Amino acid sequence: MSLKTNTSIQEEEKRTPSFSFPLFSFKSISKSRHLWLFLLPGFVIYTVFFALPTLSALFLSTTDWNGLSSQFSFVGFQNFKEILTNDAIFTQSLTNNLKFTIGVLIFQTLLSLGFALLLYKNSAWNTFYRSLFFVPTIISSVSIAFTWNFMYDPNIGGVNLFLSKIGLEHWTQSWIGNGHIAIYSLAFVQFWAHTGQMLIIFVAGIQAIPSELYEAASIDGATRWQKFKRITWPLLAPATTMVVAYTTIQSFKAFDLIIAMTNGGPSNSTEILSTLLYHEAFINFRFGYASAISVVFMIVIALLTFLQFRVLRLTKM
Amino acid sequence: MKQNPFRQLILGIYGLIILLPLSLVLLTTFKTTPELYSNPIGLPAGWNIENYKQLLVNEPIFGYIKNSVIVTVFSTFFILWFSSMIAYAIIQLPQKLGWIVYGFFVCGMIVPTQVNMIPVFLLMNKLGLVNTLTGVIIVSISFLLPIGVFIITGFMKTLPRELFEAARMDGASEWKIYSKIALRLSIPSMATVGIFSFVIVWNDLLFPLLLLKSKEVKTLPIALLDFQGEFLTNYPMLFSAVVLSSIPLLIAYVFLQKHFISGMTSGALK
Repeated sequence: MSLKTNTSIQEEEKRTPSFSFPLFSFKSISKSRHLWLFLLPGFVIYTVFFALPTLSALFLSTTDWNGLSSQFSFVGFQNFKEILTNDAIFTQSLTNNLKFTIGVLIFQTLLSLGFALLLYKNSAWNTFYRSLFFVPTIISSVSIAFTWNFMYDPNIGGVNLFLSKIGLEHWTQSWIGNGHIAIYSLAFVQFWAHTGQMLIIFVAGIQAIPSELYEAASIDGATRWQKFKRITWPLLAPATTMVVAYTTIQSFKAFDLIIAMTNGGPSNSTEILSTLLYHEAFINFRFGYASAISVVFMIVIALLTFLQFRVLRLTKM
Repeated sequence: MKQNPFRQLILGIYGLIILLPLSLVLLTTFKTTPELYSNPIGLPAGWNIENYKQLLVNEPIFGYIKNSVIVTVFSTFFILWFSSMIAYAIIQLPQKLGWIVYGFFVCGMIVPTQVNMIPVFLLMNKLGLVNTLTGVIIVSISFLLPIGVFIITGFMKTLPRELFEAARMDGASEWKIYSKIALRLSIPSMATVGIFSFVIVWNDLLFPLLLLKSKEVKTLPIALLDFQGEFLTNYPMLFSAVVLSSIPLLIAYVFLQKHFISGMTSGALK
């Protein structure tokens, strides 16, 4: 946030003390009257179709409504109690979510940083590679899902055919049909689809570092590793924070990919919170219960985001 | 810089990991199903476009494309317009008030869209907007406004205040200052938000899946999902649909590559 503008407002307010209220001056009130018109359309749409629905999810979560009947009763925290103590599928979905997110987070962050270090200079080839790696970002998740359903096909899929060709037949298997590994196969697809995007964020971060710093370090005889550790990594902290936060939230919410690839199966082994709450609401018609899941889901995401910013801020120091 | 062979190898391998699945998809569209099973990863016997022909004849694919275009263009336009107006109001409002408004919009970024899907569906149902493109456009605007406001406000805050003050001295109205100065100077951040929104809305599955039930209003992603059920093991047909539905964005990407990439970048760093 730009501090400059804030202080200039304060100065302005100090200069006209005769009309000033504790919060703002007369001049700014009359000015803000027009400004409300600028806020109006966005405010209405955002409030009616986003903010209020979020609040009513909280309300629905305390009911046993099935989405169809006009009658429902309040059950208090019953739904939450059931979710947290007596719902094996919820626990499994949360676990799947964590496996998926952690897998994607580690590989996506490390590889996109690695590629960014290789590709940060603006040569023709580097630009070509960056554009190529970026391509999956703009293809719809549904198309990507079908592409990889085909690649993972046990009989005619590219992955198994490739493994057999290089003599690793014993590695071939049903990548998304096998409940033990399906969630990781999906995590790989998520990683495949978004690494190029994160790479670009890192490239911009590296390019923003003043080259004088590296020149000075070279004069002092610093090795490449020292330069990375002392210059690149600390100065890249904002980009890293961005990549980590973005990757976590993106992969925690992955919905399209899973719906289109496995729809949560086989036997819930790829069900994550977002797909679980969709299934509970629109397949099982447990709107109240699904809303409670969505509230838990929101809390988990908020906690994760908060934790990340804390941790990353600490490492930056 | 000297070309390091190890570096080239890594980049080449990852390039293939990206490119091979996509080229396989494209090659498959020229094969018949029996041909695919006997020759899953080789070149097709001939460049026959029978699958595309059948798809175009039997499926209202242009209708799906039209729906996707309508939803995406209108959503993107309104997201840009509304979030830039909000951003302008935020930077012009008294400091604390600006912060409150900013916070109200930006806290929406933490809320996953899936949390809202049940109440939004119920609301749309009540308003009679289920099965309409308008419904999807409205929801798309509402869930992308937070990020739009976040990015554009971040950018507008860096513009010199003196510009606005000078225009105000000259008697320009707030609307003039917004449209002639703030908006023009914010084009980089507008491009970012525009591209972001365009890609996300074009590819969105969740809200079209909830709201669009009949064939006439379906957008490409859900039409594709239907095809998967319809063509079950008919990969050539399914992939013809995938290729047709991906072409518009891919063409846009080829021509506007720099904008796509730089857009995502500045958006992510702001």
